[in-house]
Amino acid sequence: MATADASNGTSIRNAFGNVLSFFILILIGVLAFSIRLFSVIKYESVIHEFDPYFNYRVTQYLTKKGIYDFWNWFDDRTWYPLGRVIGGTVYPGLTLTAGTLWWILNSLNIPLSVETVCVFTAPIFSAFASWATYLLTKEVKGPGAGLTAAVLLAVVPSYISRSVAGSYDNEAVAIFALIFTFYLYVKTLNTGSLFYATLNAIAYFYMVCSWGGYTFIINLTPMHVLLCIITGRYSSRLYIAYAPLVVLGTLLASLVPVVGFNAVMTSEHFASFLVFIIIHVVALVYYIKGILSPKMFRVAVTLVVSVGLAVCCAVIAILVALVASSPTKGWSGRSLSLLDPTYASKYIPIIASVSEHQPPTWPSYFMDINVLAFLVPAGIIACFSPLSDASSFVILYIVTAVYFSGVMVRLMLVLAPAACIMSGIALSEAFDIFTRSIKFQLPHHPGHSHVHAGNASLDSIVESDNVSKTEKSDDISKERGSKKNKKKVHCVWAAAEAYSAPSIVLTSHSDDGLHVFDDFREAYAWLSHNTDVDDKVASWWDYGYQTTAMANRTVIVDNNTWNNTHIATVGTAMSSPEKAAWEIFQSLDVKYVLVVFGGLVGYPSDDINKFLWMVRIGGGVFPHIKEPDYLRDGQYRIDSMATPTMLNCLMYKLSYFRFVETDGKGFDRVRQTEIGKKYFKLAHFEEVFTTHHWMVRIYKLKPPKNRIRGKKKSKSKANLSTGSKRRGSRRNPF
Amino acid sequence: MDALLRARLLHLALLISLFLSVLSQASSQELQIVNAERRIDLTSHIIKVYLTLKVENVGESPVSEVNLAFSPSEVEHLAIVKAAATTGKKKKKTYVPLGVKSTEQPAGPNGTKYFTIILLNPLGKGETATLEVLYILTRSLEPFPVEISQSESQLVYFRDSAILLSPYHVKQQTTFIKTPSTRVESFTVVEPTKRASTEIKYGPYENQPPYSYAPILVHFENNNPFAVVEELEREIEISHWGNLQVTERYSLVHAGARHKGVFSRVDYQTKPGNTGVSSFKHLLARLPPRVHSVYYRDGIGNISSSRLRTDFFKSELLIEPRYPLFGGWKSTFVIGYGVPLEDFLFESPDGGRYLNFTFGCPLADTVVDKLLVKVVLPEGSKDPKAVISFPVEQHLEIKHSYLDVVGRTVVVLEKRNVVPEHNIPFQVHYNFNPIFMLAEPLMLVSAFFFFFVAAVSYLHLDFSIRK
Repeated sequence: MATADASNGTSIRNAFGNVLSFFILILIGVLAFSIRLFSVIKYESVIHEFDPYFNYRVTQYLTKKGIYDFWNWFDDRTWYPLGRVIGGTVYPGLTLTAGTLWWILNSLNIPLSVETVCVFTAPIFSAFASWATYLLTKEVKGPGAGLTAAVLLAVVPSYISRSVAGSYDNEAVAIFALIFTFYLYVKTLNTGSLFYATLNAIAYFYMVCSWGGYTFIINLTPMHVLLCIITGRYSSRLYIAYAPLVVLGTLLASLVPVVGFNAVMTSEHFASFLVFIIIHVVALVYYIKGILSPKMFRVAVTLVVSVGLAVCCAVIAILVALVASSPTKGWSGRSLSLLDPTYASKYIPIIASVSEHQPPTWPSYFMDINVLAFLVPAGIIACFSPLSDASSFVILYIVTAVYFSGVMVRLMLVLAPAACIMSGIALSEAFDIFTRSIKFQLPHHPGHSHVHAGNASLDSIVESDNVSKTEKSDDISKERGSKKNKKKVHCVWAAAEAYSAPSIVLTSHSDDGLHVFDDFREAYAWLSHNTDVDDKVASWWDYGYQTTAMANRTVIVDNNTWNNTHIATVGTAMSSPEKAAWEIFQSLDVKYVLVVFGGLVGYPSDDINKFLWMVRIGGGVFPHIKEPDYLRDGQYRIDSMATPTMLNCLMYKLSYFRFVETDGKGFDRVRQTEIGKKYFKLAHFEEVFTTHHWMVRIYKLKPPKNRIRGKKKSKSKANLSTGSKRRGSRRNPF
Repeated sequence: MDALLRARLLHLALLISLFLSVLSQASSQELQIVNAERRIDLTSHIIKVYLTLKVENVGESPVSEVNLAFSPSEVEHLAIVKAAATTGKKKKKTYVPLGVKSTEQPAGPNGTKYFTIILLNPLGKGETATLEVLYILTRSLEPFPVEISQSESQLVYFRDSAILLSPYHVKQQTTFIKTPSTRVESFTVVEPTKRASTEIKYGPYENQPPYSYAPILVHFENNNPFAVVEELEREIEISHWGNLQVTERYSLVHAGARHKGVFSRVDYQTKPGNTGVSSFKHLLARLPPRVHSVYYRDGIGNISSSRLRTDFFKSELLIEPRYPLFGGWKSTFVIGYGVPLEDFLFESPDGGRYLNFTFGCPLADTVVDKLLVKVVLPEGSKDPKAVISFPVEQHLEIKHSYLDVVGRTVVVLEKRNVVPEHNIPFQVHYNFNPIFMLAEPLMLVSAFFFFFVAAVSYLHLDFSIRK
C-alpha cells in the first residue's frame, strides 16, 4: 500500500516535472526569439549586412520562379561578364527553409512578404537551436543540465551575433542543424536505435545543405568513434551510430550540388572513411572474439593483424597518393587555414582580408561567451564523473571547438553551443551538490532537484542560492549568482547594442537627438530607379551583394570571392591612375563606379581604409601594382606626405573629388588629417550622384572621345584645352 | 514684319475655321457668347483655366445645354471640367454647380471634342446666363530645353489659342495668362497683347466666329516641382474589428526637364538657391485625422526622413524621398496608415453599410497618371456598389488575406489623369453579416482544439505493432 502510494506520488511528480520543463522550454524559446528582436525594434525589419542580402535575393528568386529554376539558375547580374551558377554554388539549406516557410504561410493565406520571413528565420531557428541543446545535454547529463544549457544558448552573445532578426545567413539555421545532428548522434549512441541513426543521417543532410561547416561534423564523429575504440568503449551502439551516418550521410551529402563529388573526393571527408574501415575491422574482431575460444582468438588476432596491416598500408598508400595528386593536397583554402592559421595570410589575401577569418583576440572571447569561459573547465570535470560515451563526445566537441575558434573568429559560433552545454552541465552539477541537504530533508522527493535545476534558468538561481544559504558554500554560490546576473546584463547589452546594428543603416546619438545615416540605401535606390536596367556597376567586392539585391544592377565582383583574378582586376583599376582605370573599366563595360567614403561623417569602414587590400589583391595578379608605391616609409597615409602614386590613384580621386569645398580644408574625419591633394579635376569620370552624407559616391564613365581629329576644329580645341588642364593639374604640387 | 505675317496667318486660320463651322454646326447657333473671360493659371504644373461665359439665347426655342469645345490635345490632358451657374449680382453672388458630361455626338472640325453643361433651367429666347467653368490640364507644359543641368532653371512651353475655341459666336473675349515668375522668354503676340509682370493679356477680341483659333506659344520659367505619380494604388482594407488600413503604393517621377550630366552634392548643399531649383525633395501628404501606425518605406526598407503632424482636423505627413528628385528621376515608395473605422464606415438606412472615403491622391500638388482605388471589403460581404460623382472604370476582384477561405471582395476603381480636385468623397455600399467576423477566430480555435485532441489521443493510444 505504502509503496503504491509512493510510486503514484513519484509518477505525478514526474509528470509535474515534465510539464514544468515543457513550459520552461517554451519560455526559453520565447526568450531566444525575443532577445533577437532588438534590431527590429531599434531599427526596422530589414535584412542586415552583406551576405544576407544575397541569401534574400536567392530566396526571392526561389519563391518567384520555383525550385527547378532555382537549381538551374545562372545569374548574369553578377561577376560580369562571367556570371555565376547560383544553383550549383550555393548552400541551399537556408534558402529552401525560408522558401518553404513562406510557401506554407502563403498557402494558409497569411500574406507575409519574403523579406519578413527572411528577417525572422534566424530568431525562429535560434529557438529551435536552444531546444536542440536541451535535447543534447539531456542525453548527456539529464534534463536539469539540459534546461540550463538551453537557457545559456538562448542568450549567448556569440550566437546572438549571428542570429539577430535580419541576419539571414547560413549560420542562422546551421547551428540548429549542427546541434540537432549531434543530439541524434548521441541519442543513437545511447539507444542503439537504427531509427535515430537514420534521422541522424537526414539531420546531417540538412546540415550539409545549410553550411560549409558540416565538415566539422564529419570530422568530429570519426574522432569520437576512434576515441571510443581506443579507450575500449566499442559497442554495437557505436557501430549503429556511426556506420549508417557515413554511408547514408555521404550519399545524401553528394546530392547537394555544391558538395557533389567533393563528399568522396576531398580530404575533409577522408577521416570518416578511414574510421569507417577501422570500425568494421574492430566490429569483426569483437564478433570473432565472441564466437572463438580465447586461445583460438589469439591465433586469429595474429592472422588478422598481419593481413589487416597489409590492407591498411595499401589503403593508406592509395589515400596518400590521391591526396598528393591534387594541387592543394585536397584541402580547400579555408580548411587549410584552419589547420595552419598562417596559411591564409601567406597565400590568399582575399581570405585574409575578411575580418571574420582573422584569429580572435582575448577580449572577443569574453565578449562572445562571457562567464561561460570560466564554467567550461568545471563542466569538463563534471563530464568525467562518470565518463560515458555521450559525455566523452561533448568533451571532444569542446576541445576541438576551442582550437578552431582560436584559428578563425567566425568559428567562435561553433564553440558557443559547446561552451553552453559544458556550463549547463557545470551549473546543474553544482546545484545538485548544493541542494543535496534539501533532498536529505525531503527524502521522498527524488524528482525535485532536476526540476529545480531546470528552474534555475535565470532568476530563480538567486532564490535557490538563498535556500542554500545555510550551507558552507554560501559565499561561492552568492558570487556565482551575481556573476550570473552580470552575464544576463551582458547578454542583453550585447544583443541590444553590439550585434543589432544592421550596418546598412547607421545611427549616431548627438545632442539634438538621434541622427540616421541611410546613405547606402539612398545610393542603391538611386541606382535602381535612375539608371538603365542593364548598366554595370563597379565597386569593391564588399558591396556586390547589396548592389545586386537592392539596386538590381549588374556588378563586376561580389562577396562570393570565387574568382581572384576578377577581383584583382577591379583592385588594379581602383589603384591605377585615372586613365588606366578608365580603360580597365571600359573593357569591362562598366558604366558606373561606386565608392564608399566616410571622410565627411567619420564612417571608418570605407574604401580608403580598405584600399591597401585592393592594392595587395591587385598586385598579387598584376605585378605592376606594388604596395610600397602607396606607402610612405611603410605608413599608409593620405595627407600631404602621401606618395604621388597614392594621390593619383582612382580611389583617392573618386573619394576626395571636390571634398575640399565642404569645409575649405578637406579635413578627413576618419583619418583625422587634411587630405594631401585638394584641388583636382576628373577627366574620364563624372560625378552623377553623391548621397546626403557623402558616404556613397557614384561616378559615371565618360564616353570614349571622338577619334576624328581636325575635322571639327572646335572639338579638337576643346580636347586640347582639357588636356592642358589635366597637365596643369598633374604638375600641381601636393 | 513678323507681326504682319502672324496677322495674316491669323486671318487665314479664321477664314478656314469660319468655313468649317458653317459646314458643320448650324444648330448651335441658337446661342452666342456675349462675353468670355479666360484666366489661365500656369504657376504650377497643373494648369487651371477659369472661364467665365455669358451666354445668350438668340434662337427661337429654349436651350438647356451649352457646349464647350476642346482641341484634341487638350482633351487628352484634360483632368476635370467643372461648371457652375452664377446667380445674383456682385456681392450676393451664389454659385450653383451644374452637371457636365462629355459628349460624343457631333465630331467637330479637326477632331474637336465637346463637353456639355446641363443648365438647371432652360434658357428662353433672349435670356442670358453666366457660367463659371473650371477645367484642369495636366502634362501640358513642355520643357524646353528638354535637358537641363543642375545649375539651370527650367523653361517650359505652353501652347494654347489666344481666342477661345467655341462652337458659338463670341462677341467679346479676353484671355489672361499668369506665369509663375516674371521671367518669360517669349510669347506670341496676337494684337492686342499686353504683358505686365507675371500676367500676359490677350484681347479683348471682338466678334469672333465659331471655331476661331489663334495658336499662341508662351515660353517661360517654371521651377515648381513637376511631381507626377505615374501609378498610384490605394488599397483600403475594411476590418469590422475597428480599423481601416490604407496602403498606398506610389511610383513618382519628376516630369520636368530631364537632368543632364553631373549631380554635384557639394553644389546642392552649399548653394541651395542656385542649383537644382526645379528639383524637389519634400512632398506633403494630407492624411485623415486620427491616423495611427503610419509608415513610409520602399522595396528596400524604411525611409527614415518623414515627419508627421497631427491635429484634430487633419494629419500632415511631410515625406522626403530617399534622394532629391531632379528632372526625369524616379522613385517608388509605400505609405501606409490605419484610421479608426467609425470615422469612415456608416450604416445606411436600409440596413446595409457604406464606406465614405476620399478619392484621389493625398499628396499635395501632384498629378496621378493612373489611380487605382481598391476597397477590400471584409470576407462574406455582399452586393458591393460604388457611388462616385465622376466617371471611373469599375470592376471586382477577389483577394486572399489573413486566413481567408473564400476571399475578400475588392471593389476596384480606376481613373486616369487625377488632380487634387478629385479629392472628393466616394461611397462603397455593401451588406455584411456580423457573424462572419467570428469565422476566423473560430477557425483558429477549432484548429488548436483538434491539434490538442490529436495529441491527447496519440498519447493515450498504443500504436506499437508488437504487443
